[in-house]
Amino acid sequence: MLLLALDTATPAVTVALHDGTAVVASSSQVDARRHGELLLPAVDKVLSEAGLRLDAVTGVVVGTGPGPYTGLRVGLMTADTFGLALGVPVHGLCTLDALAYAADVEGPFVVATDARRKEVYWARYEDRRTRVAGPDVDRPADIAREVAGLPAVGAGARLYPDTFPDARDPEHVGAAALASLAAERLAAGEELPAPRPLYLRRPDAQVPKNYKVVTPK
Amino acid sequence: MADEPLVLGIETSCDETGVGIVRGRTLLADAVASSVDEHARFGGVVPEVASRAHLEAMVPTIERALKEAGVSARDLDGVAVTAGPGLAGALLVGVSAAKAYAYALGKPLYGVNHLASHICVDQLEHGALPEPTMALLVSGGHSSLLLSTDITSDVRPMGATIDDAAGEAFDKIARVLNLGFPGGPVIDRYAKEGDPDAIAFPRGLTGPRDPAYDFSFSGLKTAVARWIEARRAAGEEVPVRDVAASFQEAVVDVLTRKAVRACKDEGVDHLMIGGGVAANSRLRALAQERCEAAGIRLRVPRPKLCTDNGAMVAALGAEMVARGRAASDWDLSADSSLPVTDPHVPGHGHDHVHETAKENLYS
Ligand SMILES: [Zn+2]
Repeated sequence: MLLLALDTATPAVTVALHDGTAVVASSSQVDARRHGELLLPAVDKVLSEAGLRLDAVTGVVVGTGPGPYTGLRVGLMTADTFGLALGVPVHGLCTLDALAYAADVEGPFVVATDARRKEVYWARYEDRRTRVAGPDVDRPADIAREVAGLPAVGAGARLYPDTFPDARDPEHVGAAALASLAAERLAAGEELPAPRPLYLRRPDAQVPKNYKVVTPK
Repeated sequence: MADEPLVLGIETSCDETGVGIVRGRTLLADAVASSVDEHARFGGVVPEVASRAHLEAMVPTIERALKEAGVSARDLDGVAVTAGPGLAGALLVGVSAAKAYAYALGKPLYGVNHLASHICVDQLEHGALPEPTMALLVSGGHSSLLLSTDITSDVRPMGATIDDAAGEAFDKIARVLNLGFPGGPVIDRYAKEGDPDAIAFPRGLTGPRDPAYDFSFSGLKTAVARWIEARRAAGEEVPVRDVAASFQEAVVDVLTRKAVRACKDEGVDHLMIGGGVAANSRLRALAQERCEAAGIRLRVPRPKLCTDNGAMVAALGAEMVARGRAASDWDLSADSSLPVTDPHVPGHGHDHVHETAKENLYS
């Protein structure tokens, strides 16, 4: 098996290849504004590092967010289209789950990423593999009580030290963790979620209240 | 290089997810999934709603196009995509899909210009584009007058709207008349039963000192809205059919007058009209009449090829392949304000054809 993992749900543009035993190549860049430009060259680089061609890939796993929409869709659309062109299955995994999987924390903890607009995407974990609440999007102050006393990983935790005083690594999601978690779950015979975006917010759209009158009063 | 290249084109600059397939200048498939119904209650295209819909619709629409064309993706000579201009987030979905598709299939990628694609699509209907061609592009997003001597390398802006697009004016007036969204088709329908000379609405930018080829529809929009409001304030019934006909006449009068004048001034004997507003029956009729009088050959593709679609992108992509233009790089970005003078976005490698074309443009 050869699993291609990608995630663009956060400022990280990250790609990894997993052969069923271990990650054989990976690439991560942090640039919130250039997901669209960086992803395909990163896939190309990871494949050439591994000495493989894309048609050797037997499955794709993509981070489904939550994350700011524009970047999030780059990874999802790329994964979907790879799946179509290669005729291989495309799986989704919550981006926060991949962050949790990479955490080096004993006991319960929280994952928080930056949702912009002074909010965080967050979820609570019993351990690295077990999400017990979320993902949700909230203002840090509004969840302070729910996360009190828990260590927190992810860039969202560092942004709001008042709510997350015990911020830990990793700051950014890596596709290596995403790939490893997916490989582990697939090996255990688990069905992975569909590659559908976790937006968690409705689109911003104002319904115009009738039309604006132009005749001066 | 194949002179009848098989190219798949992806278009997501606004609210239509379009995937088209052409062989040279022959249309094989034109699959479109529209999110227009989801925007209707907002009275205009909501970018985030459009982007979400593109992501959902893309793979099924590609599959539909391949099936319709009866070709295998393996046989493609290239994948083309609208790189701009358009809604940034919406464009990015299409660009991401096109890149992944081209890369996975081992095919060259061509990021092309949406406006040049609107012109090039006419090749699928009426054969090779005459060189030069004057093009009037009118839709909810654009109102441009363009001159092209080579659709793959030389598109020159003659004029454009200085405020609203023509299609926006249709949407706005339809809203004032409570006729719903989009406004173009419904205004056209009511106008057929109305008198175009009933109300003398203003013709924007047609004074002797105004720019000859630029458009303005904002003043017209306001004038029509005021006229309607005055009627309503006086407790009178609004003659919807006459208003629609008179408003529409003001728009198409200016559009056709300026387009024909540009043709005459530049010595161009072909005019093509594209964009969603090209479906307007009165625009077609008046353009035909005025072109005939001026000895200009008018080319207007069928309505489905005038609105945004993937076939137009494939048509321009096929022309890029046929003329040996440089493919785009894998780091191609979506450019919401891609200049009309860039018919495509070549890679960073040397592309002498493109460089030369740019020099010619400003000489
Ligand atoms: Zn258009």
